Amino acid sequence: MTPEPYDVIDRDVLVIGAGGAGMRAAIAAAEAGCSVAVFTKSLLGKAHTVMAEGGIAAGLGNVDADDSWEVHFADTMLGGQLLNNWRMVELYAHEVVDRVYELERWGGLFDRTPDGRIMQRAFGAHSWKRLAHVGDRTGLELIRTLQDRMVHTPGADVFMEYTLTALLKDGDRVSGAIGYNRNDGRFVVVRCGAVVLGSGGWGRMYRYTSNSWESTGDGAAIAYDAGADLLDMEFVQFHPTGMVWPPGARGILVTEAVRGEGGLLFNSEGARFMLEYDPVKKELSSRDVVARSIYKEVKAGRGSPHGGAFLDVRHLGAERIKRKLPSMYEQFHALASIDITRQPMEVGPTIHYTMGGVRVDAETGATTVAGLYAGGEVAGGLHGANRLGGNSLGDILVFGLRAGAAAADFAMSRRREPKNIDERQVTQEQQALLRPLDQGENGASPGENPYKLHEELQAVMQDDAGIGRSEESLQRALAAIQELRARAAHMRVSGGRVLNPGWHTCRDVSNMLTISEAIVRCALERRESRGSQWRFDHLDQSEELGQVNFVSRRDGEAMRVEAVPLEPLPERLRPLLERSRFYDPAKLPKGYMTARPARAGRKAG
Amino acid sequence: MTTVERVREEAAHIGAQPAAGQESGLTGDTVDLRVLKGVPGGAPEEVAYQVPMVTGMVVLDAVHYVQHNLDTDLACRWNCKAAKCGSCSAEVNGHPVLMCKTRIDELPAGPVVVHPLKTFPLIKDLVTDVSRNYEINREIPQFTPAPGDEGPWRIQQVDIDRLYEYRRCIECFLCQDVCHIMRSHHYADRFYGPRFFVRVASLEMHPKDVLNRVDQTRTDGGLGYCNITKCCTEVCPEHIHITDNAIIPLKERNADRHWDPVRFVGRFLRGERPAGDGTQQGH
Amino acid sequence: MATQTAPGALITEPHAGVGLQGRLRTAPWWLLPLTVVSVLGAFTVYAIWTAFFSGGVNQAGPYLSPFYSPLIWATGPITPALWVLWSPLLFRATCYYYRKAYYRSFFWDPPACAVGELRYREYRGEAHFPLFLNNLHRFFLYAVLVVTGFLWYDVFLAFWDPKTGHVQLGLGTFIMLGNVTLLSLYTFGCHSLRHLSGGGLDCYSQGRFGMARFRAWSAVTVLNLRHAMWAWLSMFSVVLTDIYIHMLRAGWFIDPHVVF
Repeated sequence: MTPEPYDVIDRDVLVIGAGGAGMRAAIAAAEAGCSVAVFTKSLLGKAHTVMAEGGIAAGLGNVDADDSWEVHFADTMLGGQLLNNWRMVELYAHEVVDRVYELERWGGLFDRTPDGRIMQRAFGAHSWKRLAHVGDRTGLELIRTLQDRMVHTPGADVFMEYTLTALLKDGDRVSGAIGYNRNDGRFVVVRCGAVVLGSGGWGRMYRYTSNSWESTGDGAAIAYDAGADLLDMEFVQFHPTGMVWPPGARGILVTEAVRGEGGLLFNSEGARFMLEYDPVKKELSSRDVVARSIYKEVKAGRGSPHGGAFLDVRHLGAERIKRKLPSMYEQFHALASIDITRQPMEVGPTIHYTMGGVRVDAETGATTVAGLYAGGEVAGGLHGANRLGGNSLGDILVFGLRAGAAAADFAMSRRREPKNIDERQVTQEQQALLRPLDQGENGASPGENPYKLHEELQAVMQDDAGIGRSEESLQRALAAIQELRARAAHMRVSGGRVLNPGWHTCRDVSNMLTISEAIVRCALERRESRGSQWRFDHLDQSEELGQVNFVSRRDGEAMRVEAVPLEPLPERLRPLLERSRFYDPAKLPKGYMTARPARAGRKAG
Repeated sequence: MTTVERVREEAAHIGAQPAAGQESGLTGDTVDLRVLKGVPGGAPEEVAYQVPMVTGMVVLDAVHYVQHNLDTDLACRWNCKAAKCGSCSAEVNGHPVLMCKTRIDELPAGPVVVHPLKTFPLIKDLVTDVSRNYEINREIPQFTPAPGDEGPWRIQQVDIDRLYEYRRCIECFLCQDVCHIMRSHHYADRFYGPRFFVRVASLEMHPKDVLNRVDQTRTDGGLGYCNITKCCTEVCPEHIHITDNAIIPLKERNADRHWDPVRFVGRFLRGERPAGDGTQQGH
Repeated sequence: MATQTAPGALITEPHAGVGLQGRLRTAPWWLLPLTVVSVLGAFTVYAIWTAFFSGGVNQAGPYLSPFYSPLIWATGPITPALWVLWSPLLFRATCYYYRKAYYRSFFWDPPACAVGELRYREYRGEAHFPLFLNNLHRFFLYAVLVVTGFLWYDVFLAFWDPKTGHVQLGLGTFIMLGNVTLLSLYTFGCHSLRHLSGGGLDCYSQGRFGMARFRAWSAVTVLNLRHAMWAWLSMFSVVLTDIYIHMLRAGWFIDPHVVF
């Protein structure tokens, strides 16, 4: 087969993804003097960041003066069950404060305190009121602010509605990427000095998800294909409150800000069940706890009519609801014909976020492949076993900037080196991409419908690798994924290359299969319940497993999972944990903190 | 509680396969969906699809059903399916709407006719080329505080309250689509359109912004072409009062600068530079 | 950008149609323009009749028709309505709400949303003469504010029996009061007033009278939300008041009233 024609785009830095992380990286790289190409599957400003509602967690201390980066650090580490990369958390808690003020300086709006500072609201498992927010549409504000900044930053060009399907390598180093224009189907090859992944997470392999179609894990999958390590893939966050009815709306997010503002959870018997599951944090317990509590209530036959719990805000008064939760009011009104000022909402867990991701260096976002950087949800390590609400918008700003700046450095230092594109890799990828359109090969057989494979994968992941898992269910899931992968080789679609969503879905399905396999394999290895991982067959935490992260790596065509020891928290950071209001020495997550005897002479906070 | 009820509730737990006909919400009715399908120059025509009706179904659900089951290459744009991203704009029964927010049970009985936005060039099926909008956004100078005014700032809630409305915009471009100046007169080369008047208003009224974009909005943005017929306001899914709160205030600010001899004399007496100096006072 | 477009080349046929595309909508789009044309047309005819052809100043007892207030040169060769009537008429003609109504209903630019237009001549909107004169709206506002003062004075007079000098309350008094209330609700909800009172400020919390102007702006905003409704109601009330005074003047019946 001769290579198909392709367009070539030449830039210093290629940024994949135009959500918060991608755009912050692009701004950083362009400001460092690089030419930057930003590639997005959608239109600019539609990325999943717009769905973030609650706010940006930052220890500004504007509302609660006791708050600081140290407490934020402690809450994030404890929330992540101490599986976090502590250096990332330290950098994050430090720098997110500056990133919030930077947004303000770029024209972003925030709700204000009476004395004119940035207002902060309470959120699950945060010690103090910490989330800088604007009503319940903080993500939209953030993306619009970054979008405006980026399109006015010289050197950054946006390429909308392209899918990049593989990284191209020159020896061990990433030298570009190949993909296609979704609208006309033309192939494109980007030649660049460094690549930043800001491509977000992967919720679409689950049936009930708050994620958009884009969240198919492309970034992690192509990084994996290029040889990068994936970290902590077993940790997939269920947001406790998604819509459960009507069927078409199932999974759509109901922001945690509803509980942050004082919303209460009830079961069908009218009992406020969170008092029982977490008497201290109640409704504002961490997301994994609230999600499991709702799950247990429903399992016990105390669920709402459509299999959820009741979330009630009526006591807040109509005026406050409409002011602080306007988009929730609108969402229930439009989609479920429910007036939340008069009726309770029905909510249940929905896939929301993926803590795991490409393994990166804390300082630079460098992956294990030279020239490849990652920041935001696609990168792993910051959130450990469970992410706290409000930490994702901060994550994308802090590590988007760091990854963008580091990639710019890398690209600038190698500017004189030739950027070689290996034609063989290009042709090989083109062939793989075009296979589903090739009607002749399979003769009379209609082949597999990619949408149907996707639906089957969703059923497998939802039922067998979902909120509750066991050895048996995970083995079942693994077998099903392998079967689906075999069938995926025979995907066929009608139509041509011009804007053909069926064709686009084929690659999404392969990427999701890769990621799903990593989730299942890591979940099998983690024989304990910790954070978002809930094993029916291992209900307790294990000290041994609390000291390792699981890394998935490509080994030929097979996936290998390896336990990598965690670097224990250094002495200078240990005392900080006690600054969290939720620090309880008797209930520390098991791992390196509990495995060894407490050291004498450690100062009490 | 009867046994049947208990079994049903247990079956309805999160993550379980919904029991057929119960949790799937099928109503037994069928939706007669007609989608304009085709590419430019290829004589697009309406294709009819029969879609099983589900409780609370929105038009986007029906289009997805078609993609999954009947026609895998039917193209449409969508992202969040929660009316937050503004991707799935289309014209349903002749009205510009977000498909994810348009409930089929709230439409009049009869076929549901879905067409792409008419104002923008067709790419394929329900997808149109809206790139001109992004070019317009680049022409509007970005937020610019006074030099050296680095913050953190003290800003009073009262000074930014009215900006929230403008910042709600999800860039679905329904207002750009419905505006007759774009739609019928094709003035996209000399008219910013409602979305970008909202954008300019949000910048102009920001207490920390020191640029003045009013003259540019009149000259390059064609503010004068708007004859305030309010279709933009009518179609806005975010309920932004585009005309009353963005366009008319800009027209009044323009009148301040060019249509108010009283102010002109006042400025002259105070020795200020004539209108068009491109600055204004922040606080 | 992913796909570039030549400026102005925003339409690819055939899915963009020319002409009225009523086919896809179920509500009759022409209903509203037809109503507006009928009512505004009838009002214009009535205003011309009452100002020029109704036989002099429309005044009866303590009541003066709003078409003639304030009464200037009542005995001159030209109808005294002419000296005053221009200001409310031009105020309404340049009003942002009425502009919408007549652009849609008379100019069909557009007749309704998303239906296409009949004519494809060069579109000039309010960017050129003569329609850019609508930018002078605020000056007619100033004039109408003065007139509104006189109208309130007329209401004050309607509380006094002109023969005896005693306080009186008649049906006409209430009609006059209702009319001027509606007129004020319309006038004080004006978009220009909204801008002048505080909308033009970028920062309220600092600067002289900032918060006072914020409150003024907020008050105007409340009225402005229903500007169209006040526009119609006050137009009807003016006509009704005028008709009522015409009927008294023609001696059809006596104003039911009490004198204290």
